[in-house]
Parts: sequence; C-alpha cells; structure tokens
Amino acid sequence: MANIKECTKLPQRLSGGHRLCGGCGASIAVRQVLMGAGDSEVVAGCATGCLEVSTTIYPYSSWNGSFIHNAFENSAATISGAEAAFKGLQAAGRIPADKDVKFVAFGGDGGTYDIGFQSLSGAMERGHDMVYVCYDNGAYMNTGIQRSSATPQNAWATTSEVGSAKDGKIQHRKDLTSIIADHHIPYVAQASVGYWRDLVNKAEKAFNTPGPAFLNIMAPCPRGWRTKSSDTAELARLAVDTGFWPSFEVEDGKWTMTMPAKIKKDGLRPVEDFLKPQGRFKHLFKPGNEALLENAQKSVDEFYDYLVKRCECQ
Amino acid sequence: MATQTTVSETGNAFVATAYRQVAPEALFAYPITPQTTIVEEFARYVANGKVKTEFVTVESEHSAMSACIGSAAAGARTMTATSSQGLALMWEELPIAAGLRLPIVMANANRAIGAPINIHCDHSDVMGARDSGWIIMFAENAQEAYDHTIMAIRIAEENSLPVMPALDGFITTHSISRGETMDDKTVTKFVGVRKPQHSMLDSKNPIMVGGFSTLGNTYMNIKKALREAIDASLPSIKNIGDEWGKLTGRSFDHVEGYGMEDAEEAILVLGSAAGNVRAVTRKLRAEGRKVGMVKLRTYRPFPAAELADMLKGCKAIAVLDRSDSYGAPAGPLALDTMAALYKAGVDVALRPYIFGLGGADVKLVHIERVYNDLADLSDGGLNPGLTYLGI
Repeated sequence: MANIKECTKLPQRLSGGHRLCGGCGASIAVRQVLMGAGDSEVVAGCATGCLEVSTTIYPYSSWNGSFIHNAFENSAATISGAEAAFKGLQAAGRIPADKDVKFVAFGGDGGTYDIGFQSLSGAMERGHDMVYVCYDNGAYMNTGIQRSSATPQNAWATTSEVGSAKDGKIQHRKDLTSIIADHHIPYVAQASVGYWRDLVNKAEKAFNTPGPAFLNIMAPCPRGWRTKSSDTAELARLAVDTGFWPSFEVEDGKWTMTMPAKIKKDGLRPVEDFLKPQGRFKHLFKPGNEALLENAQKSVDEFYDYLVKRCECQ
Repeated sequence: MATQTTVSETGNAFVATAYRQVAPEALFAYPITPQTTIVEEFARYVANGKVKTEFVTVESEHSAMSACIGSAAAGARTMTATSSQGLALMWEELPIAAGLRLPIVMANANRAIGAPINIHCDHSDVMGARDSGWIIMFAENAQEAYDHTIMAIRIAEENSLPVMPALDGFITTHSISRGETMDDKTVTKFVGVRKPQHSMLDSKNPIMVGGFSTLGNTYMNIKKALREAIDASLPSIKNIGDEWGKLTGRSFDHVEGYGMEDAEEAILVLGSAAGNVRAVTRKLRAEGRKVGMVKLRTYRPFPAAELADMLKGCKAIAVLDRSDSYGAPAGPLALDTMAALYKAGVDVALRPYIFGLGGADVKLVHIERVYNDLADLSDGGLNPGLTYLGI
C-alpha cells in the first residue's frame, strides 16, 4: 500500500527540468507509475510524442535509468524485445539468473489506441513480463490536438472541428482497457493521476505481477483540453468522480470497481462537472446543444452500467 | 580442427543451420514466403533444445524489427529474417536500427514487391532498403548464403552496423543444393560472444537510446558517423571473409570475376543469376570470345574502386538489374556502377538491363543475347539504353 512518506523516499526516476508543460498529466503519470517499481532496476521505453520529445533531448535525458525511444507505434514491441533479450542473456548465462529488471513501455493514446494498437496487442498476447502504460489525454497532443480513437464524442480537436455543420468528434471513444482485459493477461487497470494512491498501488501490482500488465491512465493536457495548468489534478479527479473515467482493475480475470469511497457512498457526480471547465467541450454548453450534453451523460451512464455488470458477473 | 560436412539441403536450411550455430540470445520470427522455412527450421532447433535462444514469434515484421532494436539495445545478439512485403513493412525501422548502430543480422529471401502481388524472386525488396545504412550481401547460392550469414554476425558486431545477408527467393531458398557446413565448435569460436560497448541492461551505466536529436547539428553529425562507419566496414568485411575462408577453403571477395583477365565484354550481376551468366561466359570463352562475368557479394558498402578496377579493361559492359528504379536512368546496380566508373575515370560503354522480375526466367539464350548486344556496342553500335530482357 503506497503512502506518501514512503513514496518520497523512492528513487526519482524522471527528473524535473524536462520540457513538458506545467500541469502536464503525462509526467505525473510517469512519476506515479515508476513509484510502483519500488527500488528495482527499470528499463523504460516510450513512443514518439510529447513525453519523448520533452524528456530525451539529446544529449540530455530526464530518465534516471536506461531508456529507449524507437518510433511512434512500437513502444510495446521495442520493450518486448528488451525483455526477450534479458531472458535470452540469462539463458545464455551472460547475466545472473537472479538479476531483477522491470520493463515498462509508455505511450500516449494516439500511440496506443491507434497506431500502436497492434504492437500492444501482440506484446500482451505473447506474455512478456512487462508493463504497458497508456497516458490518455484524449488526442494527438504533440502534433497539435488532432482527434484519436480515445477522443471523447463531441470533443473539439483540430481534426474534429466544431462549426455550423459539425459538433466536434462524431464517434464515441474506444474502450481500450476492456479490449486489453479481453486478452486475458494477468493484470489490467484503469486509473487517474488525480488519485495518486490508487495509481501507485495499481502500478505496484502491475510491476509485481509476472507476465504482461496494462495500465490505462487519465492524464489531462491543459493545452489540448483548453484548461488551466493549475486544474490538472482536480480535473483528473473529476474524470473519475463523474464516471467519465471509472477506476477499475481486472486481476486474473476478476473485474473490480476501485472507485473512491465518497463516490461509492454518494454516487457519481454529473459529467457536466468534468466537461464544463474544459474549452474543448464549451460548445456543449451553448443554448440549443442540450442534446449533446444529454448524450454525454447517457454514454457515461451506459459505460458505467456495463462495468458494474462485468464486475458483478463473477 | 575445422571439420566440414557435405550436405544437400535447401538454401533456407543452410541459413537456419548458420542461425543455430551463431546461437543468438534472441530471435524474432514472423512468417513470409519464401523466408518462412528459415524460422520454421529454427523453431524446431529451439523445440528440440539444440539452441537456447529466446525465440519470440511477433505479430508482424514491423514488430520483428522493433523488437530486434529493443533486444540489440539491451545487449543481446539479435537476429530475424524476412522477405518482400515484410521488409517493406519494416522499412521505417531499418534506418533506426542503423542510426542506433545496432548489430542486428537479418537474412532476406529476395522477392518481388507488389503490385501486382508475386511471390517469386527479384531484388525489389532489398533495393528498397539499400539506402538505410545496412550492410547488404548478395549470395549466389546456398553455400554463399551460409557463409555470409556466419560472417554477418561478426561484421555486424565489429562494425556496430546491421547486416542483411540476401539470398534469392525460391531459386536459392528452396532449391536443394550441395554444400559444406562447418562443425559447431569452429563456428562458435569464429563468432565469439557479443561484447556490447553499451547496453540498457548494464546496471552501472544506464543509457538513453534513441533520444530526440534536435539541438545544433547533432542529427547530421550522427548521420555522418554512420556514413563513415559503413564506408570503413569494407576492409573489415574482407578481413572477416578471409578469416572464414582460411577455415573453409572458400575465398571471399567483394567483387568476383570470371574470365576478367582479358575480357572485352562483361556482364555484371547480383545473386543466383551469376550461375547462368558464368555458364554462358564459359561456353563463349571456349569458342574464343573475350568475355567475362562479374558479381558482387558485397553490395552495401558499394565496392566502387574494386569494381571499377575489374571493369577498366572492357570495351562494353552490361549491368543486369533484378529490380528497377522507376523513372531513374537505369536500375540501381547500373546506377551504382556508372557512379563507380565515373569516380575512377573509367570510360566504358554500359548498357543497363532489367531482368527476371517476379521470377521471370533467365535463360542461357537471354545471356547470350546480352553478349551479342555487347559485341555490337564494342564495334561502335548504338546504345539503346535501358532494356527489359527476355520479354
């Protein structure tokens, strides 16, 4: 169980001074996830994107430990290769059989839900002892806020514009966490940087589970969401509290809701509380667009019901 | 004491034997015709405990090369094999492997690229990868494919560059031919173990691989270092070939000729077609014609000086390309040859041909026709330029 006092004593694996924006959810996600690795040796990789361009500006590195960036769609395959090398070198007697190394791959939602989907699915299916972490901010933020399959329905993005003929993104979001859970790997969880204790605990489980593990993490992006840098933590909590991003885990096939106690007690807050502070949803609050807002609430409710059923089914 | 065994096997079986003997710590496999039997054979070696390699069956060639990059960066001796569309799919990863200076070895079963789809031999796949910073070697037959594969791991690791031993799809990969394999012990000693300068698994010296190179001219400096490394690998390849040759009794040269001591007309070719060209050359020489044939075993780095030196006494030469560079003045091998001759100040008439695309037959009569064309050219006949041979 993570506690803040112990977390402060853990190695700082992502140094400050990187070039990510103030209030960026990605760096918070990385720091919290890597706390879950305790003091083990870690080999990390990440997909092309904000996290990569801001933390690896050659010849500098923000990563306190070995790190690899290969390309956009293959963070999972690349780390799976490093993990295979580790096993192969152990089998050949070239590194000690008792050496413990944790392997972790990071990718944004574009690099995970879309272009890296196959690479992720393959690595999970093959059973590598690795953790894949998606930091989901709901668009291709590094290239300038283009829609991805993680972008929420009706959200504005630069390739899902809002205008007289369109109301932002037409399609609904892909439910990647369930898809990866349906690979029947040992550990899958959804978490948010707003609930650090829940996230660090899940990361700890992910690292300590032999075989593949997947974490999908809500990581707000002030630039893309059109929000204040200072609001990141609050928005990340609201994402969970409203059920927009339910907190849950799937451990050896057992689905469990891991929502905050106050929500379990009092129920979900209206999704409006999460949407309203964000510029990308401002058109939902214009007169005449009430149906869009109703639809947003309906999708959240439906998805939450689906999750509750999956958790109850066992 | 080096002991060789004479065997009759397919080219792919020869390559798989070399893979087993090299015993990489990690191998990433994905099926594609006509490469598949290499990784199938290797899977049998793994299943029967003949090799301890971590054998990973990836979900695409793109992931095969991606995983190779992760593996090689982690310090493991790393191999894969591919062909055609598979090589094309991993194109993005090829310059990354070279740019990161990772010693990956990947045999390629040379095959046409669609459209139209075709599974048979040509060199369109390899030529699409020729500018990626990989060392590329062409085998004429299964024996050379075996020799190149064993040499490749040494070449890769000594030069910190990825190496692609290429063999002709079906013609070499699937035909059974006679050749010699070396005993395991001698190969083990010849290839040694990989001693990476840097590795992600070196706990005391963690590294960043693939950082964002955008400050100053770091990108261009790293690319210049790659150019210098691949140029400098030419003597290293030769030395390793000589060292292997001492054990096997089979000599190695980047550029190999037949009848070139007095040839006035010569044909230059890559891969299995060298056999037919040699046969025709032998026949014509017996008839008193001053003809010769040249093949390259090393294609990248391009042995420009050696090639120009071998061709300098000719009056006319034909370059047979088994792929085209659509819209360019000639096929890729012909373009390289023109550049090599120009650089060496050798002025010789050169006629470029495209042949054997998608496995189109290369018959002896076609080769004889080329020699007759060259005789015309030597006599001052017009050079009609790029010609598709045999159709």
